[in-house]
Amino acid sequence: MSETNYKPTSSFGKWFDERLPLLTLFNGHLMQYPTPKNLNYWWTFGGILTFCLMTQIITGIVLAMHYTAHADMAFSSVEHIMRDVNYGWLIRYIHANGASMFFLAVYIHIFRALFYGSYKSPREVIWILGIFIYILMMAAAFMGYVLPWGQMSFWGATVITNLFSAIPLVGESITQWLWGGYSVDNPTLTRFFSLHYLIPFLILGLVVLHIWALHVPGNNNPVGIDLKKDGSDTVPFHPYIVIKDLFALVIFMIIFAGFVFYAPNVLGHSDNYIPADPLITPAHIVPEWYLLPFYAILRSVPDKLGGVILMFSAILILAALPWLDTSKVRSAVFRPIYKQFFWILVLDVLILGYIGAMPAEGAYVAIGRVATVYYFAHFLIIMPVLGFVEKTKPVPLSIADPIISGSGNLAAAKKDKNLN
Amino acid sequence: MKKFFITIFFSFICFNLYAAGDAAKPLKVDWSFNGLFGKFDRSQLQRGFQVYKEVCASCHSMQYLSYRNLGEKGGPEFSDAEVKAIAAGYQIKDGPNEEGEMFERAGLPKDKFKSPYPNEKAARAVNGGAYPPDMSVLVKARAGGANYIYSILMGYDENPPANLKLEDGVYYNKYMPGYKIKMAKPLNEGSVEYADGTKATVSQMSKDVTAFLTWSAEPHLEKRKRIGFKTIVYLLIFSILVFFSMKKIWSRIETKV
Amino acid sequence: MSEENNKKPTRREFIHIATTAVGAVGAGCIALPLVTQMNPDASVKALAKVEVDISKIEKGNEVTIMWRGKPIFIRRRTDEEVQKAREVKIEDLKDPQKDQERVKKGKDEWLVMVGVCTHLGCVPLKQQGEFGGWFCPCHGSHYDISGRIRKGPAPVNMEVPNYEFVSDTKILIG
Repeated sequence: MSETNYKPTSSFGKWFDERLPLLTLFNGHLMQYPTPKNLNYWWTFGGILTFCLMTQIITGIVLAMHYTAHADMAFSSVEHIMRDVNYGWLIRYIHANGASMFFLAVYIHIFRALFYGSYKSPREVIWILGIFIYILMMAAAFMGYVLPWGQMSFWGATVITNLFSAIPLVGESITQWLWGGYSVDNPTLTRFFSLHYLIPFLILGLVVLHIWALHVPGNNNPVGIDLKKDGSDTVPFHPYIVIKDLFALVIFMIIFAGFVFYAPNVLGHSDNYIPADPLITPAHIVPEWYLLPFYAILRSVPDKLGGVILMFSAILILAALPWLDTSKVRSAVFRPIYKQFFWILVLDVLILGYIGAMPAEGAYVAIGRVATVYYFAHFLIIMPVLGFVEKTKPVPLSIADPIISGSGNLAAAKKDKNLN
Repeated sequence: MKKFFITIFFSFICFNLYAAGDAAKPLKVDWSFNGLFGKFDRSQLQRGFQVYKEVCASCHSMQYLSYRNLGEKGGPEFSDAEVKAIAAGYQIKDGPNEEGEMFERAGLPKDKFKSPYPNEKAARAVNGGAYPPDMSVLVKARAGGANYIYSILMGYDENPPANLKLEDGVYYNKYMPGYKIKMAKPLNEGSVEYADGTKATVSQMSKDVTAFLTWSAEPHLEKRKRIGFKTIVYLLIFSILVFFSMKKIWSRIETKV
Repeated sequence: MSEENNKKPTRREFIHIATTAVGAVGAGCIALPLVTQMNPDASVKALAKVEVDISKIEKGNEVTIMWRGKPIFIRRRTDEEVQKAREVKIEDLKDPQKDQERVKKGKDEWLVMVGVCTHLGCVPLKQQGEFGGWFCPCHGSHYDISGRIRKGPAPVNMEVPNYEFVSDTKILIG
């Protein structure tokens, strides 16, 4: 792909490109880049995520023009944005709901990778970069939620920063270092504002690396097999994938608009419209919905340090997945047993999310523990074992095969002279 | 299978996941501002403001509202003169003057609504330790929103259950989580005499003031829904165009997998 | 390269033009709020006009009030001061302007000006300078009792803002 013989058309273009090959880069990676022609709509979420990141950055920068990062004025500055700033209400609701849409897209993107084996060799680094991006997203979202300085902002910050005190020996010092004081207060808010502004640009950098790493082997595809080298299995990114990504994006935007304009607060918590009060703890402290599964895992362990370790492990274990998964077959399309376990994992994560929203009492605790154990069992036991014992379906010879020969039967395909 | 999970996922999002605590489910009102094309009823907002001013404002502040908001589009839409008159009816603290002292002057449209108490501690001291919450965004700050606020105002009339012990200064309210509220019943028949002659039943006043509080929490509600409708129609049209562009482009490939 | 029958269309197809055009409209609509949000917001616009009660200002006195973040000099001139302002030869002025043009008809004693030196923005001092008006200490501009530049580097007279008498005792500036 670096062997494209692209020549800029204008003389200025030629002059510039000789000195900084941006046009060649753009052409190579965003226009001519060969993309499998059998990608389905689950592959459009990368483009959608890029849109989400740009939206959050742009609306965030605009909000920062009007927001005051001080404990005494944060809440009222947000009200000022909602009431007085021209279209402030719109930009704020886009930013708040945009965070939820960002996570919705990233979860679909991650589960796509899990289903189709996109994390497997040679794409391990893309996958690990993705996990770092995901962790940064969670950090940014957590800190962003603190900025309006509502009850949930304050108490969510208190609960999560208190976790660090679980670290033996240095826990207390680290927590005070994080707070900049002896509890969550103004110093905490101002530093969270600074970091919240910074992190999206770190994410942007990692996204560049993520796409760069992707473009080395090229995209995975629904069938999970390597493509023919002659280019007959691919289409140029522009216009084929650009237009398909655009279509998916517009549908995504309809759902986004539905939330922004008609249910802008349904994904949030009403307590966050109460100004922060260190003397009154809300009845139920809950993080935003996209953090609920990890919250459930955190609370499933009675020991504070244990819960913290388990919660972080739940994210980090994903990084080990390329090595935990021992199967030689990438795509779940040809892995009938794994496919079932995939959907059970989805259900398990949804259950964890539900448990995270419920008070840590009664049956919820027991269910949460079972779901937590199952989550780890999926990665640590089921994935490694399946690779050895699962009888996979025959994988087609090429991506065109399943249609032409009518089945994924490898033996039949091998006999078909047209394909060989 | 996939559709099943997607349905579950979205139904989780849409339900209020957070445990409600013991209280009766709020009454449902068919508010004029509900739905895709919801709008406020100007006269209802004006009546609601009157209820706020004459009943609620003695204890509840509205610190994020300015008098000028009462004249802005999408709200009660009082005239400029009416807004000026309303504002001028309040003495607002200003200063310091040339002598370095704070002084009082007649309110102006740009002033924020005057609070009944100088600070939260003063509010608690006068109200038995309870803080009458600021009502600027109260409708958004309570699960159940406008229906909940309306229900609280209507929820005083039942006889409390025998096993519920009510301390001094605590009242029974069917819709309050825990059934106890420190506010005495604020509205009784005829508490307010409406300027437009509407009969001031408890239900009417409760509806009117709730609508007013909803506007206060969401002053741009009408504009939001209007732009929302146009946006979604636009996106639907655009998606159809993009779809056909996509089909046209992909038709260049003969065999698509 | 690819073997697909890639007939590059030689004429732009209508559907693509339509899609692009509609998309451009959408992009414009998105840009609008992102740009207008930087315009003065409602709370700033609420302060854009200020009503001043001038009933307490005696002849020969002046007050300074704030308007849109800038000082406004409101001076109630004595009859001699008004006369002196009108005796000045217009041709002598760097920025020729009759005193009558700088006040409201029938309210000649009232001078309302933005108290900012037109040179580089300092606030001139009242009842100083060689012309019975104001003196700017930053670079030595002298203004007369009509606020006109008489000596020094300032290029034009002190600005008279938009204002009107809403009554005999109140002016509305802005």
